[in-house]
Amino acid sequence: MKLSKMCSSFAMILASLIFLFSCKPSPQPEPEVDELEGFKLAKVMNNANHNIEIYTRTGDFQVGYNEVYFQVKNLDGTKEKEVIATWNPLMNMTTMTHSCPSSAVTNKANASTTFGGYIIFQMPSNADEYWELNIDYKLDGALFSVKDRIEVKNVTHKNLQIFMGSDSTKYLLALTAPLQAKVGVNEIGALLYKVNSGMDFALVNNYTIKIDPRMPSMGNHSSPNNEDLKQGADMKYYGKLNLTMTGYWKINLMLENTTGAVLKGEAITPTNESSSIFFEIEI
Amino acid sequence: MNRISSFLFLFIFLYSFQMKAQKNEVKEEDSFYSQNLEEVIIIAHKTLAQQSEKPLGTLDNYLEKSSVMNLIKRGAYAWEPFINGMASERSVITIDGMRIYAACTDKMDPVTSYVEISNLSKANIHSAAAGSSAGATIAGGLDLIQRKTGFGPKDWNGSLMSGLEWNNMQKIFGGSMSYMQPNFYWDASATYRKAENYKAGGSEEILYSQFSKLNLASNIGYKLGAHQELSASLIFDNATDVGYPALPMDVALARAYIAAVNYTQHHLTEHIHHWETKVYYNDVKHVMDDTKRPIVPIRMDMPGWSRTAGFYSKMLGDWQQHNWMLNLSGHQNYSYAEMTMYANNPGEKDMFMLTWPGVQTNYLDLYGQDELQVSEAFKLNFNFGLALHNNIIQDTFGFQSLQIFYPELEKSNTRFLKRLSGNANYQLKDWIFNLGLSYGERAPSVSEAYGFYLFNSFDKYDYVGNPLLKNEKSTALNFSLAYGKERFFAKFNASYFYIFDYIIGIPNKDLVAMTIGGAGVRIYQSIPNAQLSNFSLDLTYQILPELLWTQKLSYRRGVGETVGNLPMIQPFSYNTDLSFTYHQYKANLNFLYQATQEKINLEFGEKPLPAYYLVNLNASRSFQFGKHTLLLNVGLENLLDRHYTTFADWNRIPRMGRNVFCNVVWQF
Repeated sequence: MKLSKMCSSFAMILASLIFLFSCKPSPQPEPEVDELEGFKLAKVMNNANHNIEIYTRTGDFQVGYNEVYFQVKNLDGTKEKEVIATWNPLMNMTTMTHSCPSSAVTNKANASTTFGGYIIFQMPSNADEYWELNIDYKLDGALFSVKDRIEVKNVTHKNLQIFMGSDSTKYLLALTAPLQAKVGVNEIGALLYKVNSGMDFALVNNYTIKIDPRMPSMGNHSSPNNEDLKQGADMKYYGKLNLTMTGYWKINLMLENTTGAVLKGEAITPTNESSSIFFEIEI
Repeated sequence: MNRISSFLFLFIFLYSFQMKAQKNEVKEEDSFYSQNLEEVIIIAHKTLAQQSEKPLGTLDNYLEKSSVMNLIKRGAYAWEPFINGMASERSVITIDGMRIYAACTDKMDPVTSYVEISNLSKANIHSAAAGSSAGATIAGGLDLIQRKTGFGPKDWNGSLMSGLEWNNMQKIFGGSMSYMQPNFYWDASATYRKAENYKAGGSEEILYSQFSKLNLASNIGYKLGAHQELSASLIFDNATDVGYPALPMDVALARAYIAAVNYTQHHLTEHIHHWETKVYYNDVKHVMDDTKRPIVPIRMDMPGWSRTAGFYSKMLGDWQQHNWMLNLSGHQNYSYAEMTMYANNPGEKDMFMLTWPGVQTNYLDLYGQDELQVSEAFKLNFNFGLALHNNIIQDTFGFQSLQIFYPELEKSNTRFLKRLSGNANYQLKDWIFNLGLSYGERAPSVSEAYGFYLFNSFDKYDYVGNPLLKNEKSTALNFSLAYGKERFFAKFNASYFYIFDYIIGIPNKDLVAMTIGGAGVRIYQSIPNAQLSNFSLDLTYQILPELLWTQKLSYRRGVGETVGNLPMIQPFSYNTDLSFTYHQYKANLNFLYQATQEKINLEFGEKPLPAYYLVNLNASRSFQFGKHTLLLNVGLENLLDRHYTTFADWNRIPRMGRNVFCNVVWQF
């Protein structure tokens, strides 16, 4: 009786030890990282060999700055890794065609099968005018191409400004960050292009984008300690945007060139409530 | 002799000085030759006959009688008590030793607004750090003592009260019940007030000055043994539809639950007389409201919440010539307030901000006090306090908001607060000299440290807190001289505060106001120093056994380096009463004069004020029907219907014009 009791307790201890050790993590293959975390499928294009899945943050293409990434899938579903690509968005208007600023296509950071960058659409698609995206890519020396219409949706808040500077140059300024603005300190990002023609956009370096966030509904209340945007190593302009509360904010802008001359935009004063160039953020 | 004792009684009634509340009351009232660490305002009397002036007046009316206090008015309700000319952040206001934090960011609900006079028996006021057992303070403290039935021979008592004030048609209804027996007591009271808009002199209606308030309170006590007792108390206070004519918003709801359990033990050892431990909790909700205002720049909601849990444990005893007290106390408060503004443009999202970012205050305090009876005529008193004060910003949204101003902000901030005070009291024949010196520190209040765009409608600035503020420190000197002989009594009191790192809002021209139409933004800063002086002279003369003449002269002065005159400081005031008592009849003629106010601060929105005077009258009679007593009291306030406003009126709203009141109290 006693012995059997002892045996059973011993067995229990043994069982719990086995259980404990079996719980110890054994070396396993690295779990597959989700290369598209935070992105949604916006469009699938295909040709005879591949399905090209195109992803954006919202699952849509929108006016303004879009982060756009794609994966090249074989018909069996496997993803290609060695892809070298270029892309060309084209707006087919009733009377003319034009392109828009976009980055080169590169490997997405920390990803092996995802490629892309950004595209800045100046205008939405409409019933008579449409955007077309063309992707040319090279796989093992062979050239492929896909091309399809994409629908670019309009946005409710201004995130893009195209204007003529006092230097008689046409500029395009696009808001790139914050993705999701919060009450508090936000990093604000922007891209600045010179519009040489409908097909030729050139990044502008070392200018300053001054910001003055205001709430028109609150008697043009402003926040303190904002920092104007200066160019970072990745060519984008970065600054600090402080928002004191939720609601509609108008980010009044002034563009200054390398010598500090104002090319566009006006300072906010008691008699001037708004600049001629601005972004809008609503949280 | 009889005359002298009646004079003494009346004197004590008006301005009595007590050393310790725990001592036998009769003994204390026998002698006014006790130390004046505390000033006591008697609110509830044992007999109705003692209740002469305005028994159903508000607590604020009672507090205003003290020469230490001023009450700042933003309307007809919830006046903010200033002690020694300093705003409520600089003092500690407690109810039976319980800490309560107001829930309104705009000071619309001082702690005193959550009680009723029917809950209270007296108010103990002390200046500077002397006697500051409740916690770290600069200006002093106010402890509101709850009225409790106590143990005694088996008895039921009750009262019914009603009052009417014609000026604002304030109707007051109340009642109380109490039961006692040698080892048990229970009491409960209810008071309801409802007032319409009041009229200033010349019948000018002051819009949005209405209020209504219900207060319920109950106490219960049980004797566990000969020297042990357990008691509990509960207060529920609910004010609705309260107008604040001096402010841009009113209050839809101001509600407090205040609860406590208390254990007391007497005669522990030969040298320890009293040991009392209390745990308490209170919950305050405050909802501002602008729906009654027809025109506002923008509609908004501004609710606030404050919850406090705390305890204290204090012990009293003696040792040779010493009477000592030790008090260990602590509390935790959570203050949270938000603001939602509804854009006039209907498509826009609501504008939401946290005006108090969910601030937790953790506070632990040790206080000690010793009274040394050097000789029959010479007494010394020392006290010290050490406190650990910690703030934690609990709400991420609020923390991120404040990071706009303070990028390096840390969530937690801990401070040590020290206080020390000494007092000497010497009696020479008919003279009493009193000299006190004290040092105190305080941490910035939740608004001063963490407030986010709090609009001050007086100076029209938005105030932003500063979590990096230094502790405010003060040294205070208090001197009093009293003389009493036969039918004459006089007391002169002077106090002087030299405050280091005085916290005050300083405009920052780089910042843009949040409030529509606001003048700008002030950030709380420490200015190197501020100085406040308070003077008062009390004179009492018993002309006839039936006729008592009292006079009170008082003056304050406050200046701050770089800011000049401190705002809301009382100019010279003179107040005199002629009181007539004959059997059950009492009558009182009061005259009040306040000099011109020229020591103003224009930056804070103050304007010079002319001098004014007022005449008030009241009379009462009590009727005895066996065990029952009926007290009838009528009065006429602002007899001459003066249209006036004072240093203590926010945005200089005019005060009440002529008012007739009638109070009836039936005791059974």
